[in-house]
Amino acid sequence: MRILVVEDDKDVAGFVVKGMREAGHTVEHADNGRDGLFLAASENFDAIILDRMLPGGIDGLRLLETLRAQDNVTPVVFLSALGQVDDRVKGLKAGGDDYLTKPFAFAELLARVEALTRRGKSDGPTTRLSVGDLEMDLLSRGVRRGGQKIDLQPREFRLLEYLMRHAGQVVTRTMLLEGVWDYHFDPQTNVIDVHVSRLRQKIDKPFELPLLHTVRNAGYMLRSEEV
Amino acid sequence: MQIPSRQRLRRVRLPRLRRRGHGLLHSAGFRFAVIYALVFGVLACTVAFSAWYTTIGLLKRQVEVVIGNDAAALNDHYDVGGMASLADAIRNRLADNPDGDGIYLLLDQVGNRVIGNVNQWPAPLNQVDAWYQLPVIRDKGESVALLRAYALPGGGQLLVGRDVRARTELRGVLRTGLLSALALMLVLGLVGAILIRALFRRTIRDIALTARAIARGDLARRVPKTGSGDEFDELADIINDMLERIGRLMDGVRQVSNAIAHDLRTPITRARTRLEDASLHARDNEELRSAIDRATLDLDDIVGVFEALLRIAEIEAGSRRAAFAEIDLAPLIADVDELYHAVAEERGLRLETSVVGPLPLLGDRQLIQQAVANLLDNALKFSPPGAAIRLAARLEERLLTITVADRGPGIAEADRSRATERFFRAESARTTSGSGLGLALVAAVAQLHGGVLRLADNQPGLKAIITLPISGDMLEVSLPGGP
Repeated sequence: MRILVVEDDKDVAGFVVKGMREAGHTVEHADNGRDGLFLAASENFDAIILDRMLPGGIDGLRLLETLRAQDNVTPVVFLSALGQVDDRVKGLKAGGDDYLTKPFAFAELLARVEALTRRGKSDGPTTRLSVGDLEMDLLSRGVRRGGQKIDLQPREFRLLEYLMRHAGQVVTRTMLLEGVWDYHFDPQTNVIDVHVSRLRQKIDKPFELPLLHTVRNAGYMLRSEEV
Repeated sequence: MQIPSRQRLRRVRLPRLRRRGHGLLHSAGFRFAVIYALVFGVLACTVAFSAWYTTIGLLKRQVEVVIGNDAAALNDHYDVGGMASLADAIRNRLADNPDGDGIYLLLDQVGNRVIGNVNQWPAPLNQVDAWYQLPVIRDKGESVALLRAYALPGGGQLLVGRDVRARTELRGVLRTGLLSALALMLVLGLVGAILIRALFRRTIRDIALTARAIARGDLARRVPKTGSGDEFDELADIINDMLERIGRLMDGVRQVSNAIAHDLRTPITRARTRLEDASLHARDNEELRSAIDRATLDLDDIVGVFEALLRIAEIEAGSRRAAFAEIDLAPLIADVDELYHAVAEERGLRLETSVVGPLPLLGDRQLIQQAVANLLDNALKFSPPGAAIRLAARLEERLLTITVADRGPGIAEADRSRATERFFRAESARTTSGSGLGLALVAAVAQLHGGVLRLADNQPGLKAIITLPISGDMLEVSLPGGP
């Protein structure tokens, strides 16, 4: 994937660029708003990682608004030290697809960027999801694995649906809290781990090949083949 | 040497005087005093003039009655003894009281003077049975008299009157007295205005001096009270209360800053030690990496503390009230229950939830969720194995209550009031993980919604009760549609 990083802090930018390259992506970097806007508008990217406060007269919000005004729909993840609820709302209103507050864990950023680019690709409503021999029918709300019916609670169904929609990608606990429970804070208790482990009991335990994997220091991933 | 110094003095004082003179018009105290003096003056004038008019009127009526009676008696004489008897009666009166006020003039049928103490019939007096006040020439000299003429049945005219020069003089004296009293009042009013202004200035100067001292950083200063319990004392009390509160808040900020410094020092020290230790002593990459990972986790904890602090500050600032929406707490609590139920089971605990809905509230969904989640986090953390945690939400008398009760060690009564302070951690909780910010956030959320967080004894354990008032119009909208 081709990713544009617009970030003026050298250390943060270097860290993000290096990490993204290691994850197999092509990365361009701009250290001010003007260059960032020029690159974003003139070239094609799969995702943009955008700082809010930028030198060069154009800050992140203006950059994104200008871009959206030109019907550019490239997914944008804000990466900002402005972490209040209002800031977040402003960022999303300006056309941002996700908002991550500094300081951040690289795994979280990577997972969110990859989740966004995947979302960008899927066009048209899907009615069936499948990962390996695990199948989900979104219309009848039925789940089967290897032809065997699996009973899930409504919330477990939504958790699995989220994981299946992001199959092959790392999904962090925060992403699950936001995406499945619509909670925008981190509980002190390991609530997500408990729910994921319950889901694992249902979809993995009776079968030989595990699908739901724990990714150390990051989150979870649903995938059918060993990597 | 004296003259130059006085000149210097004058030069110094002159601008100040001018400024004060200019300030007189801009002085609120002076304005109040002048307005007061004006109102008082108008009132006094009204009273004085009405007194003047009634006094003069009363005197006049009295004289009229006397004249009337006198004339009636004389007419009786005329009825009994005719013109001669009347003339005798008048003569007797004049003789009895030569210096009296009585004025008489009797004219016969042809208009010749029979008797009287005025030399001629006053020219303007041309109607009988009407009151006239005219100058007359008496034997003693000129005077003013109130007069009434009577026509005698057998022809002839009788003039009866009273000398009212004394009364006229009295009127003059009264008028002069009232005018000088008014003038005096004006002067006194002005003096009073200046005095009141000085009083105002002194009181306000006390307040101003205190405010200036506070602004310069002397937070211990208070507005002195006169002790009379007047409005200025009341104002001083209010201002002093305000200063108390500001002082307490400042102390709170200082305390929080100290707590931040202290509570963050520990994890920062840990992270730093790990990194330095790894840098100096790590034998291989694996060890180095694990040390760095653990230090990163420590830093994440610090970030977590920061975020919690910022969030509490954000809530306390009240800006999120703008985003309040009408929400039903019943499904919200059910969601939280669903999220934590599994965790409780996993730990061998029971989460017993009872929600009586609907629970309409104007509020912030996320914050209420987080508050309840924080309380449940605490309950889970402190519950002994096998215990039950109770989560209840109900609407009673227009008050929403959310209760989270556990069977843990609870909080000692002495500590309960401090438990919602930032970074407060009870002695018994020192060894458990946590930042000491959870309850502070819950309290801030409750306060933002106009409610309170109460901590009570669950015998044993802790019972945390959030009480939130619901807005009236929402109740009407939401309840009839409910089950």
